[in-house]
Amino acid sequence: MISNKFYTLIILFCLLLITGCSGGESNVTTGNRDGILHWGNGTDPQELDPHIVTGVPEHHILTALLEGLVLKDPATLEPAPGVAERWEVSSDGKIYTFHLRHNARWSNGDPVTAHDFAWSWWRALQPALGNQYAYMFFPVKNAEAYLNQEIKDFSQVGVKVLDNYTLRVELSNPTPYFLQLLDHYSMFPVHRPTIEKFGAADERGSLWTRPGNFVGNGPFMLTEWQLFKKVDVAKNPYYWDAATVKLNGIRFHPTENVTTEERMFRSGQLHHTASIPIDKVAVYKKNNPELLHSHPYLGNYFYRINTKSPHLSDKRVRQALAMSINGQQIVEQVTKGGEVPAYTFTPPDTLGYTAKRGFEFNPEKARQLLADAGYPNGEGFPVTELLYNTSEGHRKIAVAIQQMWNQYLGVNITLNNQDWKVYLNSVDNGDYAIARAGWIGDYVDPNTFLDMWITGGGNNRTGWSNARYDELILKLAPTASDRETRYKLMTEAEAILLDEMPVIPIYIYNSKSLVHPSLKGLTPNILDYTVYKNLSLDSSYQGKPFNNKNHSGEAVH
Amino acid sequence: MFRFIISRVLQAIPVLLVVVTITFFLVRVAPGGPFSAEKAVPPEVIKALEARYHLDEPIWQQYLGYLNDLVHGEFGPSFRYPGRTVNELIAGGLPITAELAFYAMLVAVIIGVCAGVFAALKPNTPQDYIPMSAAMLGICMPSFLMGPLLVLVFGIWFEWVPVSGWGDLPGDKILPAITLGSGYAAFLARLSRGGMLEVMSQDYIRTARAKGLPEWVVVLKHGLRGGLIPVVAFLGPAFAGLLSGSFVVETIFQIPGLGRFYVQAAFNRDYTMILGTTVFFATLIVLFNLLSDIVSVWINPKLRHQLREGK
Repeated sequence: MISNKFYTLIILFCLLLITGCSGGESNVTTGNRDGILHWGNGTDPQELDPHIVTGVPEHHILTALLEGLVLKDPATLEPAPGVAERWEVSSDGKIYTFHLRHNARWSNGDPVTAHDFAWSWWRALQPALGNQYAYMFFPVKNAEAYLNQEIKDFSQVGVKVLDNYTLRVELSNPTPYFLQLLDHYSMFPVHRPTIEKFGAADERGSLWTRPGNFVGNGPFMLTEWQLFKKVDVAKNPYYWDAATVKLNGIRFHPTENVTTEERMFRSGQLHHTASIPIDKVAVYKKNNPELLHSHPYLGNYFYRINTKSPHLSDKRVRQALAMSINGQQIVEQVTKGGEVPAYTFTPPDTLGYTAKRGFEFNPEKARQLLADAGYPNGEGFPVTELLYNTSEGHRKIAVAIQQMWNQYLGVNITLNNQDWKVYLNSVDNGDYAIARAGWIGDYVDPNTFLDMWITGGGNNRTGWSNARYDELILKLAPTASDRETRYKLMTEAEAILLDEMPVIPIYIYNSKSLVHPSLKGLTPNILDYTVYKNLSLDSSYQGKPFNNKNHSGEAVH
Repeated sequence: MFRFIISRVLQAIPVLLVVVTITFFLVRVAPGGPFSAEKAVPPEVIKALEARYHLDEPIWQQYLGYLNDLVHGEFGPSFRYPGRTVNELIAGGLPITAELAFYAMLVAVIIGVCAGVFAALKPNTPQDYIPMSAAMLGICMPSFLMGPLLVLVFGIWFEWVPVSGWGDLPGDKILPAITLGSGYAAFLARLSRGGMLEVMSQDYIRTARAKGLPEWVVVLKHGLRGGLIPVVAFLGPAFAGLLSGSFVVETIFQIPGLGRFYVQAAFNRDYTMILGTTVFFATLIVLFNLLSDIVSVWINPKLRHQLREGK
């Protein structure tokens, strides 16, 4: 009798659970009906102040909320009109005159003027604000000196308002990629009256970015921001190009955990994911290739070599190390995400620039080089440590390369992993022999990959220095008369870099995401740059990304 | 009783001070600062950031400043979320984590106590072995395995419940609660089985049966009261454990709770956040231990007697 009671209780409890779970309509179904895009956005945004934030998730949200002077064509990545409807560049390449469109409006109806840009850029350069991307302004005349407080008077910085709708920008050197920078969030305008209403211009983290307060000039406006839950944006009726905007809104979902994100996608909660778990790539490729969007990304995976380390100061040793890595094998058997092996430092076809292949996988030549350097068959080569930041992916690659070096060169490599911040500290202090690294371009131009290797550059960290390289990157390339000449100089510089090998390129990153078939208007490009106003949803398509249920259950697991 | 409570509260203060001090210095000893990044940041900006968060002051001054803030209930601004204070972040995540912990506790108590009592009624029979083996499995199975398994079965195959979220879609709180609660349910099952077994062999149970009371009255009225004392003693620390241990479940189900701060803050070297959450959780644990001690004293006549004798 008693056991009957308990059985009843347990059964009741189970019933309670099951009745509580009527699935309801999925986000994709309601989203397609109401024109709301559900976007998996990686980690939660730290802030929504364009002059404070530093990450990719913030970038996605801010390009929906704000708009710079110049946009990019998502197909070619060439500059396209934004708030500025046209611009002129002086013949010496130093003076840019922007003509702002008269119908550009803030989301409260105020006109967007040249004063807004001048003030915003002044704000972005206030040291107290702690803008970690302030260096994006450095091509502008005296911007660096102003940030470092060597110049106190902002009128000496090369930004000048000619009239309400004309802005003149003077650069210290011709900077052919300057227009590319204008689409970076650190150069976005912010609404002065709003910021001043909620605190000082250079106050970090005032309340102006909260929903209800935020005033932007982008195609969408902020309606909701719940930490770790969602950021909602709705179509901005004042946006100058509102007629083009097809979506009624976007919900940015924080999706830190890629496995969970993939499950959300599969159950119809997301239209677009920020990433995809590595072990799922092959499954999608096999069963649902139409959902997997994968294309090269403007970033690379490489190893830094500490050229101050005695046995690594000989470039033949560094070349030998590079030539004994089988990049093809790494991308096919280790990373397995459709990456391509890198034999140049700048990813191929960066706005039309492709460097000459700098090295190849050639174990025999590598052995020879190592022997020439005094280590025949690796004899006498000191045990060398390979440092990487703790991550399963980095470990696998490191283990593979450790084996290759041992097999082809006979050298002994030990592995050391460190927590991210500790690792950054070690690399920054030159406290390493060989260290894993990655670099994502800030803009599409080879310069973002090459100017980091100048002598003493903040991102160099290898101790490498070459006078000709510095001259090419700092003096000759910027003053080149046209793109072709400039790319030639860049090619020469990159050839020096790849001959000297302070870094070993391993593979070019690849951007991977899952895209629901109802989402239209995405244009793949190496920047992973999305123009939200071009996106639309096919309302005839409902629910999960797969055609039928059985398919979904078995296809992916 | 009152003196007992007061003395326990006073004991908590030095404990918390030690926690604060150790954490404060440990996080600052760890290599890598909160503003180090892969892309080099202009030194002027780093300087400004350090000044903004008082990291340029001598460390003892920072420490005293922090203690002063703490006394005023301020945990300070978060380094990682520039627009938020640690108080705000904790206040935002706590209700969600508390709700999750509450449901998990409910799951744990209902399943655990039922299974334990049920097993204790017929010890060393299949009625005992089956729930107890299940409990052993539950204790052994970590939530990072349990969660995805449940999601796969109930979220993706049967499509009964959403795979993630909290309060967005109907039924999305079920799986996280079960995942988080199951380990504790298993533990509670073993505790209540042990407690019940001991009580059911007591003389007063035999008396109750001899009086001719129905078996369910014997179990529910006379047996449970004594049998659940070890369970009650465990509930306080368990609830604190659920609150501070929800990180894995919150990550699996994308729940905007407090647990994730705790781990991520350490990776980000978000000093104020690490300290804030540590102090907060330490306080909770002290508090819940105290509560469960009080309840134990209150329901256990033996302890109550000892306390009276002891004063």
